[in-house]
Amino acid sequence: MKDELVFKRPEVMADVTMHYCPGCHHGVAHRLVAECLESMGLVEKAIAVCSIGCSVFLYNYLKLDSVEAPHGRAPAVATGVKRARPDNFVFTYQGDGDLASIGMAEIMHCANRGERVSVVFVNNTVYGMTGGQMAPTTLIGQKTTTCPGGRCRDREGAPIKMAEIIAGLGGVAYCARVAVDSVKNIVKAKKAIQKAFEVQTQGLGFGFVEVLATCPTNWRMTPVAANARIAEEMIPYFPLGEYKDVTKEGGTC
Amino acid sequence: MSDKRIFIKGNEAIAMGALAAGARCFFGYPITPQNDIPEFLSKAMPDAGGEFVQAESEVAAANMLLGAAACGIRAFTSSSSPGVSLKQEAISYMAGSELPGVIVNINRGGPGLGDIGPAQGDYFQAVKGGGHGDYRLLVLAPGTCQEAYDLMIESFDLAFKYRNPVMILGDAILGQMKEPVEPWKPEGINPEEGKDWALYGASDHSPRIIKSLFLGEGELAGQNQHLREKYEAMQVEARAESYLTEDAELVVCAYGSIGRIVKSAVRKLRANGKKVGLFRPITLYPFPSNELLELAKKGKRFLTTEHNLGQMVEDVRLAIRTVADSEFFGFMPGNLPTPDAFEEPILAALERK
Ligand SMILES: Cc1ncc(C[n+]2csc(CCOP(=O)(O)OP(=O)(O)O)c2C)c(N)n1
Ligand code: SF4
Repeated sequence: MKDELVFKRPEVMADVTMHYCPGCHHGVAHRLVAECLESMGLVEKAIAVCSIGCSVFLYNYLKLDSVEAPHGRAPAVATGVKRARPDNFVFTYQGDGDLASIGMAEIMHCANRGERVSVVFVNNTVYGMTGGQMAPTTLIGQKTTTCPGGRCRDREGAPIKMAEIIAGLGGVAYCARVAVDSVKNIVKAKKAIQKAFEVQTQGLGFGFVEVLATCPTNWRMTPVAANARIAEEMIPYFPLGEYKDVTKEGGTC
Repeated sequence: MSDKRIFIKGNEAIAMGALAAGARCFFGYPITPQNDIPEFLSKAMPDAGGEFVQAESEVAAANMLLGAAACGIRAFTSSSSPGVSLKQEAISYMAGSELPGVIVNINRGGPGLGDIGPAQGDYFQAVKGGGHGDYRLLVLAPGTCQEAYDLMIESFDLAFKYRNPVMILGDAILGQMKEPVEPWKPEGINPEEGKDWALYGASDHSPRIIKSLFLGEGELAGQNQHLREKYEAMQVEARAESYLTEDAELVVCAYGSIGRIVKSAVRKLRANGKKVGLFRPITLYPFPSNELLELAKKGKRFLTTEHNLGQMVEDVRLAIRTVADSEFFGFMPGNLPTPDAFEEPILAALERK
């Protein structure tokens, strides 16, 4: 019998060991981005705008032209890149502290202007890189190093639902929330990322995908328990699905 | 070289100079007294085939500049003091990532919200770093509308030559004053500019990473050493205007609009036989220290005057410290300066001996 290679690393992914903790979903999200870039023939046209967080080394894992943005400012940097190079494919990859807290103004206005860029937003309900502090997406009751008694709605407010907010903005052509905790969800997540990329290549507007992700280290959980938490606790509060798709509405945004 | 003379504001001269220099992207946010720049460019930039974005904040505008600069495109942003404070994080990242971009500061009164009148309170911020980390900007200080136009063109050449952000430091006088300007266009800009480092998709080169994070053993020290060497190389760009300093007993040091106003005062005092001259730094970084030292070695005495509590005077004193000192006269931010305001302190310094 002949050996057949059925699973290999996408070419655009560097052959290096990632620094992510065991069970961290960043690596899965990277891979889906890589697969979409390859299948859509975007590798040579892509400019990645990397953010500050655990994924800051995205530029070491995806072999693309890349620029590092200050914390939260990736959508503004991406705006500058896209305006300077309208023929290139431009995307940001951001965490929840980066995008939904310090960078809230930049993401809202970039989306609202309908910049032809795509955003991959990894929501793991904590500030991973700085050691597990409360994020704007931390769930009610969830313990972090800066809400040791659990997040309290009265004191810290409710977790922010970015996909719903972004979908309501004028320039958005595609907006979805996905998870990568099961094979079924990974398949859907890849489709959503592809869609968010397509609305850019077709010049329709801004594309946004929120990826619900684990941070086993700062959740103080095993990889298996962290993966299970996505379906048990996160999805009930952050429902999956497509929140906007102008291609289905038969028009532009 | 010249088209014909036009009568325009300093702010417009800056915007037109940038267009003549081939600037293709502008990112701004409203703040007085620089609003003429974004207003003018909101039409002129698209007309010239470029991109104009009114950003959501100065923070965003500066980061848009970072993005466009990473693509090797001639791009700039403008603001005034409070807005320039907000741009500092991105400017520091640009310096750390060695990105060429131009930042215009039409200095207004401070601290805090201050006022919307002219002032020179942002000298330290412009020249000594402003943002975090150890870096320098090239800082150019035009004194007339023509010089604003000319230096704006030069600022892009310098930014790309050194791969470093350049700041144009003006003030509300320069921005709002109208003067005749002779517009001109530089010889064609090298179309290959930035081709060997800028981002345009890894189609004909191995992937490029533009970043300021250096975590590997010794990497950041190496980067800082590299930056130091670059800043040393920049010193050849130091430049100043010397006016009647040759036989002057007292040299008055002043930059930008104040330098220009002091020039009128010097001219008047000369007509009365007073031996005074003007030394007006055009580059604030690099500071024209050597020229000043040469004057000091000739036995001149010095008075530095600024529209602040005393900032550039520190650089003047540093430059001449081995042979001379400088007196200081600070005209208060919040007041509108006239040549008369400077005559008396200059005379007093001349006569003090
Ligand atoms: C201006 C600024 N403030 C704070 C920080 C420190 N910082 C680095 S990463 C980070 C949060 C990252 O969290 P998130 O965006 O959720 O990404 P994750 O690490 O969880 O993937 C913070 C606050 C910084 N680098 N810059
Ligand atoms: S700290 Fe959390 S987000 Fe960061 S690599 Fe580890 S698991 Fe992933």
